[in-house]
Amino acid sequence: MRAVDALMECLKAEGVDVVFGLPGGANLPTYDAFVTGGIRHILVRQEAGGGHAAEGYARATGKVGVMFATSGPGATNLVTPICDAMMDSTPTVFITGQVRTELLGTDGFQEADTIGITMPVVKHSFMIQHPTEIPRAIHEAFHIARSGRPGPVLVDIPQDLSRAEIDYEPVTDVRLPGYQPKTDGNQKQIRQAAKALASAQRPVIYAGGGVVNANASAELIEFATSDRFPVTCTLMGLGAFPATVEGAGGRQTNPQWLGMLGMHGTRAANYAMDEADLICAVGARFDDRITGKLSEFAPRAKFIHIDVDPAEISKNVPAHIPIVGDAKNVLAKLVIEYRAIGADPTRLDAWWSRIDGWKAKYPLGYEDSTDEEIKPQYMVKALYEATGGEAIIVSDVGQHQMWAAQYYDFPAPRRWINSGGLGTMGFGLPAAMGAAVGSPDRLVCGLVGDGSVQMNAQELATCAQNQIPVKIFIMNNGYLGMVRQWQELFWDGKYSHVDMGQFPDFVKLAEAYGVTGMRLTSKSTLVQDMKRAIATEGPVLVDVRVTREENTYPMIPAGSAAREMVG
Amino acid sequence: MGEPGTKAPLSLEELEASASLRTGRKHVLSILVENKSGVLTRIAGLFARRGFNIDTLTVGPTEDMQVSRVTLTVDGALHPIDQVTKQLHKLVNVLKIRDLEPAETVSRELALFKVNADGTQRGELMQIAEIFRGKVVDVTKRAIIIEVTGTTEKIEAFETMVRPFGLIEMMRTGEIAISRGRSET
Repeated sequence: MRAVDALMECLKAEGVDVVFGLPGGANLPTYDAFVTGGIRHILVRQEAGGGHAAEGYARATGKVGVMFATSGPGATNLVTPICDAMMDSTPTVFITGQVRTELLGTDGFQEADTIGITMPVVKHSFMIQHPTEIPRAIHEAFHIARSGRPGPVLVDIPQDLSRAEIDYEPVTDVRLPGYQPKTDGNQKQIRQAAKALASAQRPVIYAGGGVVNANASAELIEFATSDRFPVTCTLMGLGAFPATVEGAGGRQTNPQWLGMLGMHGTRAANYAMDEADLICAVGARFDDRITGKLSEFAPRAKFIHIDVDPAEISKNVPAHIPIVGDAKNVLAKLVIEYRAIGADPTRLDAWWSRIDGWKAKYPLGYEDSTDEEIKPQYMVKALYEATGGEAIIVSDVGQHQMWAAQYYDFPAPRRWINSGGLGTMGFGLPAAMGAAVGSPDRLVCGLVGDGSVQMNAQELATCAQNQIPVKIFIMNNGYLGMVRQWQELFWDGKYSHVDMGQFPDFVKLAEAYGVTGMRLTSKSTLVQDMKRAIATEGPVLVDVRVTREENTYPMIPAGSAAREMVG
Repeated sequence: MGEPGTKAPLSLEELEASASLRTGRKHVLSILVENKSGVLTRIAGLFARRGFNIDTLTVGPTEDMQVSRVTLTVDGALHPIDQVTKQLHKLVNVLKIRDLEPAETVSRELALFKVNADGTQRGELMQIAEIFRGKVVDVTKRAIIIEVTGTTEKIEAFETMVRPFGLIEMMRTGEIAISRGRSET
C-alpha cells in the first residue's frame, strides 16, 4: 500500500479517533489517504489554530493530540503551538508535509527547513528519508509524545516519499535505546522524603502540571490527606487538588487548599512557601512566576523535588531530596512510607493556625460595583455559578486568565486548560474547540480576552462548520489589559498602544461566522444570561463588557520576593 | 541521617544541600550518539539555547557503524555540568554520556602549526619540535609546518614556544579522550 495509507493504519493502531489539519501541496497524498482512511479529520482555518486545538484536545482527554499541516508556511504556522506544547508538556504529534526529496535544499516552492526551525521547541522530531521508515516513526512519535515528560513530536514527510508504495507490516514495538524515561522513583529516596515530611513543622505541598499529566490527582489527595499537609498548585496544576469538597452543608472550600501560588497567587500560599521548612514539589518546575526573586525564595525551606524529568531537578532551586519518577507512582509509594512512620498530626497545629490567620486576613477580594457594571472578577464568579463549577474552562492569556485561575474553584483535574509556560495569546478559542471535540459530554467554556480572541478568531468558522458546541465568553475591556496594568504600575501610567477600542463588533463577527453572538452588559442578569448562552445549541460567542481599567491583584512584582506582595 | 526503614524521623538539619552546581574545572564529555542525520545540530543547538559554551568538539565513528562518538569539552567554572549532561540525556538520539575523570582518562589532540622559518630560524624550530615530539611535515623557503600530538596543555605550551617566530596559521582538532583500564569509555 502507499506509505500514507500505512500512516492511517498507524494512527488507528495508536487509538487516534480525531485529528486536526489543513491540506496543501506537500501533503496532498496524505489528504488523499484521509478520504478512505477511516479517521475523523477536522479542517481548521489556520495551522496555529489547529495546533492549539490539538493541545486543547490532549489536555482535556490526556490522549495525544494530532495536527496535520503542509510544508513551508503551513509548518511555520505551527511553530507557536509546538513551542506552547513543549513549555506546558502537552502530548502532541505534528505531521507536516515536505517538498519532494529532489527539491530539498533548493529553496523550492513552499520549502522551509521545518526540522531545523522547530528543533529547539520539540521533544523530538523525525525527518523521513525513506518511505519504509514512516510506520516506525509514527509509532515512535506517539510513544515519545505521551511517555515520560510529555511533549510535542514532529514528523516531516517529503511528498514523494508519502505516496511511495511500501510493504506495510504493523509495528508492535519501539526501538529507542536513547529514550528510557525513569518513572518508578527510587524507594530509598522516597523513604527519606517520608521521614523528612514526618519531622517537618511547616511543610507545604507545591503541585504542578506534572500531577495532571500523570493522572495523579487521586494519589495527591491521598498523600495530602494522609496528614494535614497544606497544598498549593501552580497555574498548570489547578484542579489536581480540589479547591472545594463536598461537606455536610454542600460544597465548601477544601480546608487544606491554600489557593494558587506565584505572581498572582494568594497571600496564604505565597507566605506559606516563604515560611515553610519543607517544600514538597511534585511535577512542578520552580518557574520564575513561582519563585519571584530566586535568592529570596523560600529561604527557610528544604526541598523534596519529585519530577519525571531529571533535568528539572535542581535546575532552578537545588533539591535536598531529588526523586525522579512519575508523580502517580511516586506519590502512591510515598503515602505508604509516610503512613508507616505514624507521624503526629498535632505537630502541624501551630503551622495551621498561622496559615488560617493569613487565609482570614487576606482572602482574595475586589471592590464590587454598586451598579450594573460588571467587574471582571465578578464575571468569573458568575461563570462559576452558571456552570455549577463543573465546566472545562479554557482561557487565553492575560488578566482574564489570572482572574479565572483565582476565582474559578476547580474541583478536578483537566477542567482548567490554559497556556501557562509560553503565555500564548490566541490559544483559548482553538484550544476550547479541541477540548470540546475531545470531551463531547462535558460543557466546555472559553474564557478569553478581547485581545487574545482576535489572534485566532478564524476558528469560529471551524466551530460553526462542525457544530462544535463551545461557549466562548470574552472578557471585554477594550485593552490589552495585562500590558496596560504593567504600564500603569511600572511605567508611570504612560499607556503605549494598549487601547484596542471596541473593535470588532463581536456579535456581528459571530453572526458572520455562523455562530450565535450575544452581548452582556448587566451585572444583575449576568448569571442567567450566561446560563442562556450555555443552553443555546452549538457554538456561542458572548461579548461581556467589563470594567475597563481593573488590576489583577494580589501581585508579586517581577523580581521581588513573595513577602513583598502588593494589592 | 536516620537509618532507612526505621521510624526515626529524619531531621531537616541533617539534610545536606546537593553538590555545588559549578565544579570549577574543565570537563570532557564523551557522548555516544545514534548515527543519524541532524544529531550534531541537536547537540550544538541545545548548547546554544541553554547558554552553554562548547570549548572544543570532535565527532567521529566508533567500532559500531550505527553509533558515533562526540567528544566535547566544556568549562565547569562557567556552566553547571550536571544541568548540561541532564539536558543532553533528554535528546532521544543520545545513547550514553560520560563525564570523564581527568585522572582516569587519556586525552589527545592533534595540531598543525605553520610558522615563519627562513634559514636561520629553521634549526631552532626543529629543535623545539623535537623536544615536543613533534614532526616536521612540510618545509618551504619561508615556512615550516609542524605536527604535534598531545594533551591540550602540551599543545598550548608548544604554541607559546613557536609564537615568537611568527605563527602564520594554527589548526587544532579538539580533544578526544578515552578512559584508562578495561572498562568502556
